Amino acid sequence: MATLDIKGLRKSFGATEVLRQIDLSLIDGEMLVIVGASGCGKSTLLRLVAGLEQPTTGRIVIGGRDVTALDPSERDIAMVFQNYALYPHMSVFDNMAYGLRIRGLSRGEIARKVDEAAAMLGLDELLARKPRQLSGGQRQRVAMGRAIVRDPKLFLFDEPLSNLDAKLRVQMRAEIRKLQRRLGVTSLYVTHDQVEAMTLGDRLLILHEGRPAQLATPMEVFECPADTYVAGFVGSPTMNFLPGRLVQDGTAVLLDAGPLVPLLGRRIGGAVTLGIRPEHLTPGAQGLTLTVDLIEPLGSETLVHGRIAGITAESLAVKFAGAVPPLETLTVDVQSGHAHIFDAASGKRINSIG
Amino acid sequence: MRRPLDRPDYFAHIILILGVMLFAFPVWLVFAGSTQDPDAIMRGDLSLIPDLTNLSVYTRVLLHGTMGTEPVWHMLLISFGMAVAIATGKIFISVLSAYAVVFFRFPFRQTAFWLIFVTLMLPVEVRIIPTYAVMSGFALINTFTGLWVPLIASATATLLFRQVFTAIPDELLEAARIDGAGPLRFLRDIVLPVSGANIAALFVILFVYGWNQYLWPLLVSTDPSLDTIVIGIVKMIGQETQTDWSAVMATAVLALLPPVAVVVLMQRWFVAGLTEGEK
Repeated sequence: MATLDIKGLRKSFGATEVLRQIDLSLIDGEMLVIVGASGCGKSTLLRLVAGLEQPTTGRIVIGGRDVTALDPSERDIAMVFQNYALYPHMSVFDNMAYGLRIRGLSRGEIARKVDEAAAMLGLDELLARKPRQLSGGQRQRVAMGRAIVRDPKLFLFDEPLSNLDAKLRVQMRAEIRKLQRRLGVTSLYVTHDQVEAMTLGDRLLILHEGRPAQLATPMEVFECPADTYVAGFVGSPTMNFLPGRLVQDGTAVLLDAGPLVPLLGRRIGGAVTLGIRPEHLTPGAQGLTLTVDLIEPLGSETLVHGRIAGITAESLAVKFAGAVPPLETLTVDVQSGHAHIFDAASGKRINSIG
Repeated sequence: MRRPLDRPDYFAHIILILGVMLFAFPVWLVFAGSTQDPDAIMRGDLSLIPDLTNLSVYTRVLLHGTMGTEPVWHMLLISFGMAVAIATGKIFISVLSAYAVVFFRFPFRQTAFWLIFVTLMLPVEVRIIPTYAVMSGFALINTFTGLWVPLIASATATLLFRQVFTAIPDELLEAARIDGAGPLRFLRDIVLPVSGANIAALFVILFVYGWNQYLWPLLVSTDPSLDTIVIGIVKMIGQETQTDWSAVMATAVLALLPPVAVVVLMQRWFVAGLTEGEK
C-alpha cells in the first residue's frame, strides 16, 4: 500500500510522441482509471509504471521510492493483463506461486498465501487445474490471484475485462472493485470502456492523444467535462453538440439552428459549442424542431434520433423516459441548467462567472 | 474429418492398405531373407515366408558380427550414442540461439539470424574438408566426440525454434518479468515447458538424421571400434561373392529397431508438436 507519483512523464517511440507530459498523484488506496480511445497512450502509461518500458523523460515514485530505473520485479507491483498471461503449462496453484518461489519464500508461506488468495477469489477447488481447463472468468480470477499473493504496493490492470462476455464483465467489475476496496491497494486501471471507468474509479484520467484531457472524479467528469473530447467520450449516448454564439452579454446562446437558449450565469466568449446530453432535452414548444430518423425503444427509456429541420448535417439524440409513439417531427427545448458551453475553436469548457 | 454417413469408406481403405504394403514390403523382404540360407539368396531364390527355425542368425550377428566386423550390439551402441548426442546437441544449440534471436535486442541481431539462415544452403558435404581439418586440429579424429560434435549446429532447428518462440505471447514474458524471472529462469520455467511438444518432435527427426549419418563417420574414424551400424552394414557387404547375406539382412533389421522405437515411444509428443498450433 502506497502512494504513486508521476512527474513530467513523457514517452516517444522514435519520432512518435505517445505520452506528452503526464503528472499524477495517487493517494494511498486510491483507484485511478485511465480511459481514452485506442492509441491515446493509456496502455503505454501503465507499462511505464510497470517498468516494462522506459520513459523518455520523467520520474515514477511508488511509496516515496523512485523506481524509474528499476526492473519490474523490483518495483513491488502486480499486473493483470488483458489476455491474463497465465503460464499455460502450470497449474493454478503454480501460476500464483511462481513469483513467490522466485522471491525465495518458504514452502509453507507460499501455500498459506496462495490458499488465502484462492479462498478470497473462490478458486479453492481449481488449484490443481491447468489454465486451459478454466473458463474465461476463472482465468481472470487466477490472474487476479497471482496479483494478490504478491502483496504489492500497486495493482496495475490492463483492460482486464475486455475478453469476457458482457454479463461476466459486469460481475467481475463489481468483484474487482470490492476486492480493491477490501485490500486497500493503490491501483491503476486502464480501460476503453466508459462504463467501467465511471463505476470503478475513485478518479478518472481521460487521455487524449497522449495528453491528460481531464483528471477528476467520475461525477465531475460527467457534470463538468473539461472539453468537447471528454464531453463526447463520457455518457451514452454521447452528448449533442450545437454550434452558436454567446449573446445578451454572455447570458444566452443563439444557436446557428435558430433558437435562443438562455443560460444560468454569465460567460465570456464569442463563437461557442453548446453541449447538451440526450436526457436533458425536453419536449417543448419553441425549441429545436427535429425530423425524426429513428426511434430506439430500450425498455425503461426511448432514444429518438433526428436531424434539425432545415439543417441536414446536424443530427441529434433525445432520451425520453418510457415509451414514445411513432413520430414524424419533434420539438425539444434545451434545459438551461444542463447546458455545457465550450469554446468553438479550442473546445475548452467556458464556466460561468457568477 | 468424419463423413456424415457412418459407412466404412472402402476406397480410402484400399488406398491405405496399398500404401502400407508398399512401405512394408521391403522391410518384410529383408526380414524373410535374414532367416534363409545365404546360398539360396545368392541364387536369387528368396522366399517370402521366413524360416523361423533360423532366427539364431540374430544372436550370431548381435554377439559376434560377421566378416570380421565388430559385434552388432557394439555398433548399435555407437550409433545410438551418436544419434542421441547429435539430436541433444542440435536442440541445445538451436534453442539457445533461437532464444537469443527472439527475446534479446542486441546489435546485428537480424544479421546473426540471417547468417544462421544462410548456412541452411550449405550441406554437410560442402564444408566437409574444412570440418575435417578443424577436427584434426583438435585431435578429434578417431574419437567418439569427433563423430558427433561437428554435426550439432543446425540452422533448420534454429529456424523452427525461432518460429515456436515468436508465437509465445509477449504478455507471458512480461508477466514473468514482473514475477521476477531472469532470462535463464524464463527459458527454463516458461519457454522450454511451453515448447515441449516441439522439442520432442524435433528430437525424433534429429535422432533419425543422426542415426542415418554415413559420410562423416566414414571420414572421421578409421578405428573399427567406432564403426556405426550403417558403416558396419557396408563393411559386411564387402566382396559380393563372399557376402553372408542373411547376416547382413539380420543386421539391417536390427538397425531399424532403435529409430522405430524412438518414433513409437515419442509418437504422442511428435504428433502434437507437428500439429499443435495455438498453445
